[in-house]
Amino acid sequence: MSGPPIRLLRRHFLAGLGGALSGLALGSFASAAPELPPATDPAAKAAAEAEGAGLRPNLFVHVTPNGAVQIVCARSEMGQGVRSSLPVLIADELGADMGRVEIVQAPGDKAYGDQNTDGSHSVRGFYDALRKLGACARMMLIAAAAKQWKVAPSTCTAHDHAVWHEASGRSLGFGELALAAAKLPVPKDILLRPKAELLHVGKELPLLDGPAMVTGQALYGADVVLPGMRTAVIARPPVVGGKATAHDATKALAIPGVRAVVPLPAPTPPFAFQPLGGIAVVADDTWSAMRGRAQLEITWAAGANGEYDSETYRKTLLAAVGLPGVVVREVGDVGPALTGAARQVEAVYHVPHLAHATMEPPAAVATFDGQSCEVWAATQNPQASRSSVAQALGLDEENVTIHVTMLGGGFGRKSKPDFVVEAALLAKATGAPVRIQWTREDDIQHDYYHTVSTQRLVAGLDGDGKVVAWEHRTAFPPIGSTFSDTALSAPGELQQGVLDVPLAIANVRAENCEARAYTRIGWLRSVANIYHAFAVQSFIAEIAEARGSDPRETLLEIIGPPRIVTPEELGVEMLPNYGQSLTEHPIDTARHRRVIERVTELADWDQRKQQGRALGLAVHRSFLTYVAVVVSVVHGPEGKIAVDEVWTCLDAGTLVNRERVRSQFEGAVIFALSHALYGEITMQQGATVQSNFRDFRLMRFPEAPRAIHVEIVADDGPSCGVGEPGVPPVAPALTNAIFALTGQRVRNLPIARTLKV
Amino acid sequence: MTITLHVNGKPHVLDIDPQMPLLWALRDHVGLNGTKYGCGQALCGACVVHLDGEAVRACVTPVRRADGRAVTTIEGLSPDGSHPLQKAWVDLAVPQCGFCQAGQIMTAAALLAKNPSPSDAEIDTSMAGNLCRCGTYLRIRTAVKQAAAAGGKEK
Repeated sequence: MSGPPIRLLRRHFLAGLGGALSGLALGSFASAAPELPPATDPAAKAAAEAEGAGLRPNLFVHVTPNGAVQIVCARSEMGQGVRSSLPVLIADELGADMGRVEIVQAPGDKAYGDQNTDGSHSVRGFYDALRKLGACARMMLIAAAAKQWKVAPSTCTAHDHAVWHEASGRSLGFGELALAAAKLPVPKDILLRPKAELLHVGKELPLLDGPAMVTGQALYGADVVLPGMRTAVIARPPVVGGKATAHDATKALAIPGVRAVVPLPAPTPPFAFQPLGGIAVVADDTWSAMRGRAQLEITWAAGANGEYDSETYRKTLLAAVGLPGVVVREVGDVGPALTGAARQVEAVYHVPHLAHATMEPPAAVATFDGQSCEVWAATQNPQASRSSVAQALGLDEENVTIHVTMLGGGFGRKSKPDFVVEAALLAKATGAPVRIQWTREDDIQHDYYHTVSTQRLVAGLDGDGKVVAWEHRTAFPPIGSTFSDTALSAPGELQQGVLDVPLAIANVRAENCEARAYTRIGWLRSVANIYHAFAVQSFIAEIAEARGSDPRETLLEIIGPPRIVTPEELGVEMLPNYGQSLTEHPIDTARHRRVIERVTELADWDQRKQQGRALGLAVHRSFLTYVAVVVSVVHGPEGKIAVDEVWTCLDAGTLVNRERVRSQFEGAVIFALSHALYGEITMQQGATVQSNFRDFRLMRFPEAPRAIHVEIVADDGPSCGVGEPGVPPVAPALTNAIFALTGQRVRNLPIARTLKV
Repeated sequence: MTITLHVNGKPHVLDIDPQMPLLWALRDHVGLNGTKYGCGQALCGACVVHLDGEAVRACVTPVRRADGRAVTTIEGLSPDGSHPLQKAWVDLAVPQCGFCQAGQIMTAAALLAKNPSPSDAEIDTSMAGNLCRCGTYLRIRTAVKQAAAAGGKEK
């Protein structure tokens, strides 16, 4: 088998950011993806050694004697634009000319800090840390220049890739200073620049990998080719926890190109990041492997989850929320308040399992030489890939190298390295480099699914229609079930739209009703916020309808006046708050109100009835970011309800790359609309019914809104999440709009279950 | 069986199963990985290439159908990424993860070759077979129109 040599994920900012600064064009990054030089080439070796010299004050920055600056991106690129964003924090602190900066993707190593690229964490978690890394290098370059000039460092500045002593008009380029700076001590007290000196941070920045993506040069997991590499596909047990009790490989081995049929060990619960087991077919190319797999004859034993039926389980969850659960939030006394209320509003909401369905199905390449394993993988989680491979192969982590490729979508799926371990196991078993290729059917049928959930909400209204009591019960198999046999509830998920919802209501109680998992539950972009925001924001609109008031006014009334909402007011003992302190990231209803007010202004909410438009509104804070959405729906062709226009207003604190922030919120609208309209995974006898995009339907061009308007209403304060918070308010804004259009309230997702969409 | 593919102007003589989908012939045997596998059933459009100028789904096109014919992949759409669609895609920062974009661009290129100034509805219809999970549809619509205004085909 032949193929191009491996291109590393290194990319130059050749053309610099001039276009971004002038606002003329976004596409001013040119790609330069150097090919891996053969290790035996003396010239390449010498060049590599020369490149290795220079200033390396930390793992993330390298200033070479020829003036090149390399900046490491340690987080995975999966469409959120992290490679076009994070390195700019370092470069700006340094004072680098972006045209001479090269971005290098980090391998999986704890030395880089947390690399698990999820939780909308990359900017909010690393904003200050990355600035310090760049500032450290800047201080050392300045110190080297000041020493040479015999002036005080405080009289020097660094910008435009050089250190300047303006009083004497002298300057030295970063390259000229690199070797001298490398001999100086690394400063302990790091001084950050004034924010105004950060030239690119917060601007609309070009897409670093754009040129490579549109020319077919971007390297994804399945694109890695090693000499002598084979391709494997696996027949996995249809039911999680099942196993092959017998198999006949005769026909598979008769397929030309099939080299081996390898049974894989069955996992033991909890399944965590273990591969699912099954029978692998290893072949010379992908087509032969797929043909071989089709010829396998396997007898499966379903195991403990073989009875799981998602339709039956809906009834189980419905029964669960009919009974009291564990009280997780309490203010006042809901019981008497409900009993004494002039009227009650009650609703039950259901959100089904969903699949991640990344456009690139999981893929990884591994090679094993008897002592060490080297892997290339489309992984969000290179460190867990490393530890999982080491464990599966019985190696020390030092003997496992994980190279991170571009990810063709992640959404949480590729945080789980089961597929990476599969490649490593097969490389070891066959003695050849192996690429594991998941088919789309594998991806849809063997996912770590978004959980299934049912919620029951009851509100008590007094004689004036004021809400005096609020009871919220939620039941969902928790993510923890994937990692522990006994997990039945989930504090981590409860913060996402149950514990943290500001409610200016005197009597509030939330309960978590236990629910068992019968499949692998994982986290999907925005996680528990998906179902909690759907229920809460739908229910507030239902209250508005019940009392005949405007949904916007009702929403603002229930959120209450601008204030910082304390855990005491919420009635919770503690709030995880996405790992951030409530001091730095309080729940601030002024920010809820601001995005609501702005989004309804943009959508001309007050004039909607006169204009004959059907709008729905929702707001949700998740990953510390405040987002309000208005959706407009119309009667479309063929009797279908169609989404016409969407407005999203967000406050995510201080931003790094406004352009990628907007693109994330545009994409989140489509992602969330797909799920709300069509998204559903069902299971029968423990096995997934859906198998491809034919039956796991996603939004397509003709169904996409005519327009999506994204407005950033604030750009200050501590940075908050960006990748996920755009998702949760979309589904309830959509069903609220459908109610405005049709008078029909959709409480069970997907909408396609009850309406033509 | 021997199959001759003329890929991006270069001949490739392959001794492979004639039933092998063109997608896997291109990826595993020609060594061009820009064309992506997304579904294997002509449902997502990630694998779209041109066969004698027509957009086809390489994942369901047996390689024998391409025998002796001209195949254009994303790598061959322009020598240097200068096709008006590629330029528009970069200008408007269309891609997110980028995985579907080769197929999107190849589909759009076939559209513009036939219809130099498509309406939104015509773009939607022509591109209905191309999925994007990241949700870049609206930017793609704009980019196709921008490329159309810039002349559509490669100059």
